[in-house]
Amino acid sequence: MAVDAAAVRAPAAVRTPRFAEVAGGGFIVGYLSLVVLLPLAALAAEAGNFEHAVTNREAVSALKLTLGLALAVALVNAVVGTATAWVLVRDDFRGKRIVNAVIDLPFALPTIVAGLTLLALYGPRGSSGINLAYTRAGVLVALLFVTLPFVVRTVQPVLLELDTEMEEAAASLGARSTSIFRRIVFPNLLPAILSGVALAFARAVGEFGAVVLISGNLPFKTEMASVYIYGRIQSNDASGAAALSLVLLLISFATLLLVGALRRWATRHDRQD
Amino acid sequence: MIARISLRVGVLVYLAAILLVPVGLVFWRTFEHGVGPAWDAVTTPDAKHAFWLTLKIAAIAVPLNTVFGVLCALAIVRHRFPGKGVLNAVVDLPLALSPVVVGLSIVLLYSRDGWLGSLPFQVLFATPAMVLATIFVSLPFVVREVVPVLREIGTDQEEAAATLGAGAFSTFRRVTLPAIRWAVAYGVILTTARAIGEYGAVRVVSGNIEGKTQTMTLLVQDSYDNYDITGAYAASVLLAMIAIATLLLMTMFRPREEST
Repeated sequence: MAVDAAAVRAPAAVRTPRFAEVAGGGFIVGYLSLVVLLPLAALAAEAGNFEHAVTNREAVSALKLTLGLALAVALVNAVVGTATAWVLVRDDFRGKRIVNAVIDLPFALPTIVAGLTLLALYGPRGSSGINLAYTRAGVLVALLFVTLPFVVRTVQPVLLELDTEMEEAAASLGARSTSIFRRIVFPNLLPAILSGVALAFARAVGEFGAVVLISGNLPFKTEMASVYIYGRIQSNDASGAAALSLVLLLISFATLLLVGALRRWATRHDRQD
Repeated sequence: MIARISLRVGVLVYLAAILLVPVGLVFWRTFEHGVGPAWDAVTTPDAKHAFWLTLKIAAIAVPLNTVFGVLCALAIVRHRFPGKGVLNAVVDLPLALSPVVVGLSIVLLYSRDGWLGSLPFQVLFATPAMVLATIFVSLPFVVREVVPVLREIGTDQEEAAATLGAGAFSTFRRVTLPAIRWAVAYGVILTTARAIGEYGAVRVVSGNIEGKTQTMTLLVQDSYDNYDITGAYAASVLLAMIAIATLLLMTMFRPREEST
């Protein structure tokens, strides 16, 4: 859209031939337009009836539930994700490498399989004796499953790079471990924690596969925004589906902008050191 | 010391309750009565068809996204042009967007009264739409893996090659490509895992026609809805084994990439 193929220019040293620039730029713009931009434009055009998303009671209830649960997911991940990253970097125990590899499993496992596995344990005939099917707690657990790696994987590299000298100096000056964490470690980790949390939030807002089985999709109770949209599509209400979809699209864009700003903040931090 | 151990135990208990016990349980339930019933469930004609369709879609989507990913990373790191911020945001969008919204957008574009609704071949509820949906959701991975490596290697070697008279293409083939090959491989693994595992977007655009537009993930859901728990578990375990293989490949590739 705004990527102008003709304006693509190489830095002076390694000259890419003109036709290669135009062909490459053209391919990128064409590919993105066909795959991403045209479909999203069609969505925006269909969502003309925007009031639907903010006036239809079921849509509003689904959106509120989604945002509330996504916030809860963000909070839990901020704490547990940071703790997990800490254990993986600073602690040492047998099997740590396996635990480290397992963290990525929710990224690799199809979401529908995630939903099914949770039902096997926490479903109506689940082995745990706890039945979370068709409850908000069940949806929360499913969202925690799929968002597990985000904060761990953004905090872990920062914690690895963090020099322990500052902490040792503070300890030798008599600071207690809680105040060392609060005043030295935490401020260094904060940008990474926040960008992990933002990504987990965005993922939770849009999640479909993991929640569709466990939520039971009860309107006003466990129906998430993505599941509501799916229901509208099934009943041929394209404009209703598109209206709420556009809201989700805007939330995604806003989250990505926030993550970008956080990344710039974090690198500015580095340069000052 | 006590704080350290209780933190460790807390984290491990959380991981067990959310992740390890549920996944382990599905494996155990699947193979409870031996390998036979599970094997029968994943070798029915519908299951075989779903398996091949999933592979076919991945076989189209992954190479396309790989070529696009490398070109796009080169453009982002090595070229200056207006609208680069927009390009970056658009490439990241699939990471943050609901797959149902992706599916709906494709449906609206190719439905009968959509802008591209009168193409001479069937797009919706057929393989082309499923390929498009898969390409959309797995778009960012190669770009995001290659960009940092391209930044890190810098342009010194490429400039040296250019000074020695190498053309742009042989510089790319003999200097740049070998330097980014592990990042590309890592991106391809992630793209493939996502392509095989995609559910929401594909479900919206496929119509889920048994033996026709049903992928592995749709088969899991369909079996579950039809109270065929053995079939659902068996297909899930097959997908989980693909996911675990992905993890093993990732841990194999990661250290090599760091040492280059």
